[in-house]
Amino acid sequence: MTPVAPARSRDLASLWNDIGVRKVAFQAVLVACVAAIVFILWWNASGNIARRGLEVGFAFLSKTANFAIGESVISYSPADTYARALLAGLSNTVVIAISGCLLTTVFGVLFGILRLSPNPFLSRLVGVYVEIGRNVPLLLQLFFWYSLCTRLNGPRQATSPLPGVFLSNRGLRLPSFVANDGLLFAALGFFFAGIVWLVLRAWARRLQERTGQRPRIMPWGLAVLVLAPLAGAHLATNPIAVDMPELQGFNFVGGQEFSPEFVALLFGLVFYTTAFVTEIVRGGIQSVSKGQWEAARSLGLPAGSIMRLVILPQAMRTIIPPLASQYINLTKNSSLAVAIGFPDLINISNTVINQTGQALEVIFIFMGSYLAVNLLISALMNRLNAAFLAKEG
Amino acid sequence: METATLSRPTSGWLPEGLKPLFSSWANIAITAVCTAFTLWLAAKLYAWGWAEAVFRGDAAACRAASGACWAFIADKLDFFIFGFVPEAAHWRVGLVLCLITAMIGASLYRAFWGRSLLLAWVAVLVFTALFLQGGAFGLTPAPLRTWSGLVVTVWIAVVALATAYPLGLILALGRLSQMRVVRLLSIAWIELIRGVPLISILFLASIMVPLFLPEGVELEVLVRAQVGFTIFGSAYLAEIFRAGLQSVPRGQSEGASSLALTRWQALRLVILPQALKAVIPAQVNTFIMIFKDTSLVLVIGVFDLLGTFKASLSDPAWLGFSTEAYVAGALFYFAVCFAMSLYSRHLEAALSRGHQK
Repeated sequence: MTPVAPARSRDLASLWNDIGVRKVAFQAVLVACVAAIVFILWWNASGNIARRGLEVGFAFLSKTANFAIGESVISYSPADTYARALLAGLSNTVVIAISGCLLTTVFGVLFGILRLSPNPFLSRLVGVYVEIGRNVPLLLQLFFWYSLCTRLNGPRQATSPLPGVFLSNRGLRLPSFVANDGLLFAALGFFFAGIVWLVLRAWARRLQERTGQRPRIMPWGLAVLVLAPLAGAHLATNPIAVDMPELQGFNFVGGQEFSPEFVALLFGLVFYTTAFVTEIVRGGIQSVSKGQWEAARSLGLPAGSIMRLVILPQAMRTIIPPLASQYINLTKNSSLAVAIGFPDLINISNTVINQTGQALEVIFIFMGSYLAVNLLISALMNRLNAAFLAKEG
Repeated sequence: METATLSRPTSGWLPEGLKPLFSSWANIAITAVCTAFTLWLAAKLYAWGWAEAVFRGDAAACRAASGACWAFIADKLDFFIFGFVPEAAHWRVGLVLCLITAMIGASLYRAFWGRSLLLAWVAVLVFTALFLQGGAFGLTPAPLRTWSGLVVTVWIAVVALATAYPLGLILALGRLSQMRVVRLLSIAWIELIRGVPLISILFLASIMVPLFLPEGVELEVLVRAQVGFTIFGSAYLAEIFRAGLQSVPRGQSEGASSLALTRWQALRLVILPQALKAVIPAQVNTFIMIFKDTSLVLVIGVFDLLGTFKASLSDPAWLGFSTEAYVAGALFYFAVCFAMSLYSRHLEAALSRGHQK
């Protein structure tokens, strides 16, 4: 709407009827209201802070925290600063979020495909899981898993589904690799095998383009993948070592320990979010038109290759945007850790608030951290989405 | 091909409905594994939840049995529903729950949708708030502090929806507005709230709100939690309303203005009815989300349904029956949420049928 050309004798009434003027006036009033509200809140807050004798500012961050944290990815001791404590919480949140997103993706894609299985029994079973997972509050699920974790047998009667894997009321114990040059050489061998596989694939594709026959590279690739790390480990001065957990006295020694809180939180988050991702993947696969299946079949592609090469890449376009919001949801939901006592960012912030009384600053810090992490996730997923859209050509 | 003959075992004698279960050797294997798993699970659940379960008795009887202790749930049922509300006010809580349930039931019928239903809801909510609080009309007071159990879950969810709905609508319109300041403020509100966990909003409400209130003014923690849920719900509903508003074709608003409707009339009579109808399933999903998320209030010290379940676990007379409590709680939440999602599917189908006609 173009503004009416100003009349020469512009009285108040016509000014009031000018839509452009009204818009500016309305926005000015709105800004004034918001500013007034912010000012009143700030005024009240500063009054309350002064009355209660609270400190203001971020100086507390460099003071000694004096509280212990159950587990932390980065090294932390009670002698460290509050800033370090909050960072430890953030690192725990990030670890939960990353491992949760990875596991959720794997199981979500798997269950999404199973949900579409031609076998009605299997697809209904997955459907039952999806409905249970989606329709029970996450907090209740976390309490449930946590109560199960703490009610497991003690270390002496730990459940051991696989050799070296122990599930007890102290959490989960897994074997871990000892970091020495044996491990390094094995990793190099693995890396080398990856390159060999890529070269083999390029060679196979070129041969297929020339002759129409695709040579079988799978056995060779697999052989290199197994042999190269072994050879690498053999070449190293120290043989590769696995640290197996062992029962000594009342607890395990060795291996990697995961606390019951960590296990319950990760399992609960994955159980809950996978239900949503399963439905997203199912919807995405169903959104690919039937003709794509038929065309791929008429080209003689085997079922696995149809899914991998034709259907999933197209389904990804429908899957990625809602998947991104599920990743963000999982990250946000990891804050429920506070209810079962896993030291995530919110849990530690809570302790810091209780010790210092500086709620304003701490809440500002953790809200900013979550916003930053979530913006990072959506930026990454947007890049991924753009990459899949570009393939359309 | 060899596999083609292999993948079709003789199944001519099978009824048509069972054929997909046995159409290939792989399918037969899958069916067998699924059957074994289901039978194993059903047997375990039957033994635990029914055959070996204790339905009446005390904790000692439960400990003697190997199955579930439903006697615990039966013993605590009053507490789950009424929480710490004084005994004298129980009948009021019961009446309010019945009233709200009846209102929800009535709202399910599309024939009732309209202004009168909206007014009825407002009236019911105002009435129940006064009625529960008591203190007047010769009713014994039941302070907000004592509100707990099922009534808190229902109350928070319903009031959060009632307040977040109009706020979300305003935010969605603001986000689509041509006025830059309005748009920026709406975007900031929506994205800020969607970007942080609900728990942090609840912490904000429980720790920060007292800091921002003038001296001498205090808000009950339940009210603060309620404010948090309104803020939270408004941002999520706003995004859904925005999608609905964007789905209405431009021609609709042009047609409305060619009929000389004012912008407000066009919005109210032409745009909004279509926009809101287009996103009904998403709205129901948000309702489900908010209903499930009400359980988070227990983190800031409000005893909702899950809170009373959790509190009942520390009763020294009934220690060690957490699984039963959580299973019972899960069944309740599941029943409500699943019913809502079935209703959403039904509505979606009914509305799209109407659209095609």
